[in-house]
Amino acid sequence: MLLVLLLSPLLAGFVRKVKARLQRRIGPPLLQPYRDLARLLRKEVVLAQNASWLFRVIPYIIFAGTWVAAALIPTFRSGLLFSWSADLIAIIALLGSARFFLALAGLDVGTSFGGIGSSREVMIASLAEPAMLMIVFTLALVAGSTQLSTMAGYMLSSAVGLRVSLGLAVIALIMVAIAENARIPVDNPATHLELTMVHEAMVLEYSGRHLALIELSAWLKLLLYVSLIACLFAPWGLAGPEADSKMLAIGGVAYLAKLAVGGVLLAVFETVIAKMRVFRVPQFLGAALMLGLLATLLLFVSRSL
Amino acid sequence: MLAYALYSVAALLALATIAAALAASVHGNATVYGASLIVTLALCAIALLKLIQPASSSTVVLPIGLPWLGAHFRMDSVAAFFLVVVDLGGAAASLFALGYGRHEQVPQRVLPFYPAFLAAMNLVVLADDAFTFLVSWEFMSLTSWALVIAHHRERDNVRAGYIYLLMASFGTLALLLAFGLLAGVDGHYAFSAIRFSHPAAGSAALVLLLALIGAGSKAGVVPLHAWLPLAHPAAPSHVSALLSGVMTKVAVYGFIRIVFDLLGPPSWWWSMVVLAVGGITAVMGVLYALMQHDLKRLLAYHTVENIGIIFIGLGLALAFKSYDLDWAAALALTAGLFHVFNHSIFKGLLFFGAGAVLNATGERDMEHLGGLINRMPQTAFVFLVGCLAISALPPLNGFVSEWLTFQAILVSPQLPSWGLKFLVPAVGALLALAAALAAACFVKAFGITFLGRPRTPVAEQARETDRFSLAVMFAFAAICLIAGVLPGVFIDALAPVTKSLVGVSMPHQTGVQWLSIVPIAESRSSYNGLLVFLFVVLSGSIAAFVIHRLASDRLRRGPAWNCGYPDLSPVTQYTASSFAQPIRRVFGTLVFRAREIGEMPPPGAAQPARLTVELHDVIWDALYAPLEKGIAYAAEKLNVLQFFSIRRYLSLVFSALVLLLLVLAIWL
Repeated sequence: MLLVLLLSPLLAGFVRKVKARLQRRIGPPLLQPYRDLARLLRKEVVLAQNASWLFRVIPYIIFAGTWVAAALIPTFRSGLLFSWSADLIAIIALLGSARFFLALAGLDVGTSFGGIGSSREVMIASLAEPAMLMIVFTLALVAGSTQLSTMAGYMLSSAVGLRVSLGLAVIALIMVAIAENARIPVDNPATHLELTMVHEAMVLEYSGRHLALIELSAWLKLLLYVSLIACLFAPWGLAGPEADSKMLAIGGVAYLAKLAVGGVLLAVFETVIAKMRVFRVPQFLGAALMLGLLATLLLFVSRSL
Repeated sequence: MLAYALYSVAALLALATIAAALAASVHGNATVYGASLIVTLALCAIALLKLIQPASSSTVVLPIGLPWLGAHFRMDSVAAFFLVVVDLGGAAASLFALGYGRHEQVPQRVLPFYPAFLAAMNLVVLADDAFTFLVSWEFMSLTSWALVIAHHRERDNVRAGYIYLLMASFGTLALLLAFGLLAGVDGHYAFSAIRFSHPAAGSAALVLLLALIGAGSKAGVVPLHAWLPLAHPAAPSHVSALLSGVMTKVAVYGFIRIVFDLLGPPSWWWSMVVLAVGGITAVMGVLYALMQHDLKRLLAYHTVENIGIIFIGLGLALAFKSYDLDWAAALALTAGLFHVFNHSIFKGLLFFGAGAVLNATGERDMEHLGGLINRMPQTAFVFLVGCLAISALPPLNGFVSEWLTFQAILVSPQLPSWGLKFLVPAVGALLALAAALAAACFVKAFGITFLGRPRTPVAEQARETDRFSLAVMFAFAAICLIAGVLPGVFIDALAPVTKSLVGVSMPHQTGVQWLSIVPIAESRSSYNGLLVFLFVVLSGSIAAFVIHRLASDRLRRGPAWNCGYPDLSPVTQYTASSFAQPIRRVFGTLVFRAREIGEMPPPGAAQPARLTVELHDVIWDALYAPLEKGIAYAAEKLNVLQFFSIRRYLSLVFSALVLLLLVLAIWL
């Protein structure tokens, strides 16, 4: 559990650094996110006059929900101690809970920017979540289980082969991951133009330790999605449940390498593409939903596709 | 057991007559609701005992009703489960009304019908012959209709009552025909006889469709839902909670009783109809709900959505049953029945919350509310729990039943039929879409009503609601959490019900380690609400503790930041319709033919700019409006018949007689 917590700011810093280098800037140091966190945590909170008790509780709820979800994803070894306590559907729904609260936080103070962020976020979520569920269906039908450990184990075995449905699913999953993490082209994490903000608009009123928690949750979520893609579609090196220390070491190195590759790919993708208009996003996510549905349908029609 | 239950129902009926006399008195309110509370609690206890100790089902025949038939009553585990749902909801509504009912302006229009309505719902569930069932069903419709038009001075309510009455009689007609087909030429009206005489394939299919129309119109499946969002919000809030949370479940009971119990072995395509109807109902219900800004109407449309989810579960159960995959049928049926229970709890909770808001502010329109969380913190808290539960978010109960439905969908590739192979994934996608949209809708419902700044003076001066209402809302919120973190107990309680309907039940859950639920096998899927809940609570509190201890815990209040814009008027907040605008643009143009017309005055003109949104109720326009027009046209044409001379009338009667005799002679 602690591993993901410690690694997630590093991944965020790494993506920022690579992006900066691609734009021929030097960029902030790799450890800058940690410094940001420490600074925010030490600052006092400035709360709007009419902010309610819910507004103050929400950062902790979001952080806890995202952290638990991230801790349930296998990173460098499968067969986590509590992996049976929630399957992939439950993990998705847990993230859904966190988003529910985040959208409420946007509405709490009653400013127009908070409202714009929340209403766009739920629009994006209303398409991203079913798309994600269809991807889960596909994987579950292939592996015969919605349990992540079993799925990862199945993906490691030779029984998988090359399947059309999995190909569709991985494209859809990447599209959903981009949307869920508020990355370009759906949302811009570094924007300062109010009308283009989605995620940033919702957290506009947060400051100090609350903001630190929200930022950390966002980084955790990014790490979660990269780990998820890695453990499902690139499970090489993942140590089994009863692996020795050598296997674990390999798993650890492989995991770090996968994160680095994921980070570089994300940075390159974000650099070469422009942000789209808000009302193009539904088409983007609708495509993801259709790909997921198609993959599921293929599996219903034939187990071997 | 059954005898006690019937005595209790008789007590409710007696209470209804007493209430008519008491209604005008000062203590009428406390007496009627207090007595209803006690009787429904007793009924609930009886049903629970029956559900826990499923001994042989007891039957009673009373010498009332048709002289050669009598009135048959029976309590088996299915009936016992639905009795629990009905009477738990009834008891909660009575407790809520002890506080809420004091604000009723015309108690004599509510009090006499309230116990009668409760009695009628109990009678429907207990009935064991077609005649008693239909009479109780009609009694239920009529008493609830009287409650719907309790506030008959408002024009909308009268229209709602009229449409409800029409749809209710239409539904009963369909059920009457269904029972007529089931009874066959020999006229077996008792369920015990019907159960063993399976009708031929053709008439069985007809019975299925008629049951779907009859029970479905009461439950509110699309496109027969038209009356529901009009009638449910029109009634006083505790009655709305009963209509939405409980009466729709009685309709689901009617469907289950006919299709799973009386009709005999299903054929595979039945499930296609039920699944398609369920999927469409779920998505249409939630899309309609998103477009509403009346809090109670939004909740009513969500009932439509949840009925869809329940019917998806039932449809899957039918599909599995028709291919003898009994264990999978048990899983799907458990999912559907668990959702029946869950929905009755959280929908009751939400309607009570809406009632508390209505009481405190006199407003149902969300556009006039806002900021209530500061004025009514306890109501806001329980309403939030209800919103989380209905949005199917862990660790609450709504998630568990939807999770079970997803698990049932994931075993359906084992179904051999091609039609189902294509339909089931589509229905799964619809279900996922409905779940995500429901979350969006309840962000809107809670966010606009309780968060933000007050939009009107009444919202600014709202006061926390009374203790009775708070007690029942907290109790329901607790049930939502308990059923979410310990679902195994509830699933085991449903075991006798599924056993009696599909022959087997889901594997025993309470013995599983760590109180997880494992529907099929552990390697396949498992979910542990308790652990997830504990993990979230633990990590949240650890984070809070560490941060407050090691970092800063200082806090300062200031004006809202809002990117530096001075944003003083509450009018600049997002409203319910502006919140739904992105979703309206994505889905609404297709489903509602939504159009936005912007009117921009020319530069220099003094009039304000306007934005009008046009929404069309497609189902009403396509189905009901032509029907209405057709009936009006026919009535207009037939009006001529009123002005004939006596000779013409006589010749009409004579020719009708000859025609009928001819038909008989040719046909037989």
